[in-house]
Amino acid sequence: MNRGGWVAVELTRRDFFKLSAAGGAGAAWAAFGFDMEPAYAQVRELKISRATEVRSVCPYCAVGCSMIAYVTGHESFNTTPHLVHIEGDPDSPINGGSLCPKGASTMQLAVNSNRVKSPMYREPGASEWQEISWEDALDRLARLMKDARDERFVDKDDEGNTVNRNEGFAWVGGATISNEEGYLTTKMFRALGCVGLEQQARV
Amino acid sequence: MATELGLAVRRKSATPTSSTSIRRDSIEVSKLVDIDLCIGCKACEIACKEWNDLEVEETHNFGGYQSHEDLTPDTWDLMRFNEVDLEDGGIAWLIRKDSCLHCEEPGCLLACPAPGAIVQYENGIVDFDQEKCIGCQYCIAGCPFDIPRFDTETKKVYKCTLCVDRVSNALEPACVKACPTGSIRFGTKEAMQEYGKEKVGKLQDRGFEDALLYDPEGVKGLHMMYVVPRGEMLEEYGLPKDPTVTSKLGFFPAMGALRKLGSGAMWAGLLGSALFFLRTGRRFPPPEEEAVAAARSKGSEAPGERTDAATRHDADDSLDPGSEGDGHA
Repeated sequence: MNRGGWVAVELTRRDFFKLSAAGGAGAAWAAFGFDMEPAYAQVRELKISRATEVRSVCPYCAVGCSMIAYVTGHESFNTTPHLVHIEGDPDSPINGGSLCPKGASTMQLAVNSNRVKSPMYREPGASEWQEISWEDALDRLARLMKDARDERFVDKDDEGNTVNRNEGFAWVGGATISNEEGYLTTKMFRALGCVGLEQQARV
Repeated sequence: MATELGLAVRRKSATPTSSTSIRRDSIEVSKLVDIDLCIGCKACEIACKEWNDLEVEETHNFGGYQSHEDLTPDTWDLMRFNEVDLEDGGIAWLIRKDSCLHCEEPGCLLACPAPGAIVQYENGIVDFDQEKCIGCQYCIAGCPFDIPRFDTETKKVYKCTLCVDRVSNALEPACVKACPTGSIRFGTKEAMQEYGKEKVGKLQDRGFEDALLYDPEGVKGLHMMYVVPRGEMLEEYGLPKDPTVTSKLGFFPAMGALRKLGSGAMWAGLLGSALFFLRTGRRFPPPEEEAVAAARSKGSEAPGERTDAATRHDADDSLDPGSEGDGHA
């Protein structure tokens, strides 16, 4: 270092210390009560802010609460839609945006890894369930229905009236069934001669 | 409430003062749990888990309707079912939604030594920033309601955020929205106090003479208040009668004083250095050429003669890397 003149290009050890001290002093303003952080904080981004709202109905009970499903990648050409969140629909006169504990957990019906994704079959006497294909399940259902109908079909009652009814099985529907599905299932089971028809759905 | 920049910050943990540049005219929000209307369905619990993407925990029956035995880092909202035998032989079934009460004077925030890890927003919400949390758990000691929970896996502390993400986007908190009986309400603090007082009056007319609005002075009020029908049984509900922040925090204000002392010492040191500089002026080491020449001349001496510490020190300080090795080899 030249004592007489100013040498600009050299950063000596001493200069480096000076600069460090200056920086440190600046940072130390915070210690005297000058807040260096912004006064507004953008915290926790809303996870549904860019999701599509899809209206739906709760699948569980007969109350039929309206729900909004928040989906990303909805109807996008190359994307598989992904469910982000489900909550009550405030526009609904039924639930006004609220949901019961079961309804509030509806998203788990779609995303939970423990969910059953194929028909399960437990052989008579067996203790374990096994996965079977839809093909096998439907074949077995059809077989049993046919057998039950053949076995228990009633042409005429005790008084000789023609009744043509099937007492071999009854039909119980769930709450997820819509008007149209309910109409179709009723038609089909009446055609099979089924008398006992009931379902929970009042949707 | 919300601004385009985010929520205005009122104060932060371990940060002396916050900016004075923001306008203090924000609306204060509050939840209110009307225990009279609560049926204990736990929809709020589920909605909380669902919205905040909290892990499911395996529960077991321990004799009652309660799902979890206690709050956990993944259960920020818990319905507590307390059964109390009454003198007349009857039973009081005290159901309470237990989650963070968002105190106006938050014990957790005052206890926290990590700058910015606990933030109180202008609307009254107290939130934890896990990015800044150092996992010291002072907030757990500082909380008069025993709410924050430490996660041994992430070494951070978690609790209810009052859905600050939803509130700042003009949505109600998840538990409030889910509640099917309207027991959990959300609005401005003023509106909630008004509702609470009216409801307490109604309860008193119905014979619950000790009904009260739980908004204790010891923590300067809450941003999650309760309408308690059986006000005489606060302890049985699990609510402290007179929660205070300072009684549990003797150690922490001392920490604050220590911080000020340290800061003072630092500035006194800087000032002292400046005064020393002013009194004695600049002082320079000998010019580098001279120093190098001196070191060289010493280094050329016979190795055996360089025994005193002072000489060795000079040689070590010299800029010529060769001299050191030569001297000591």
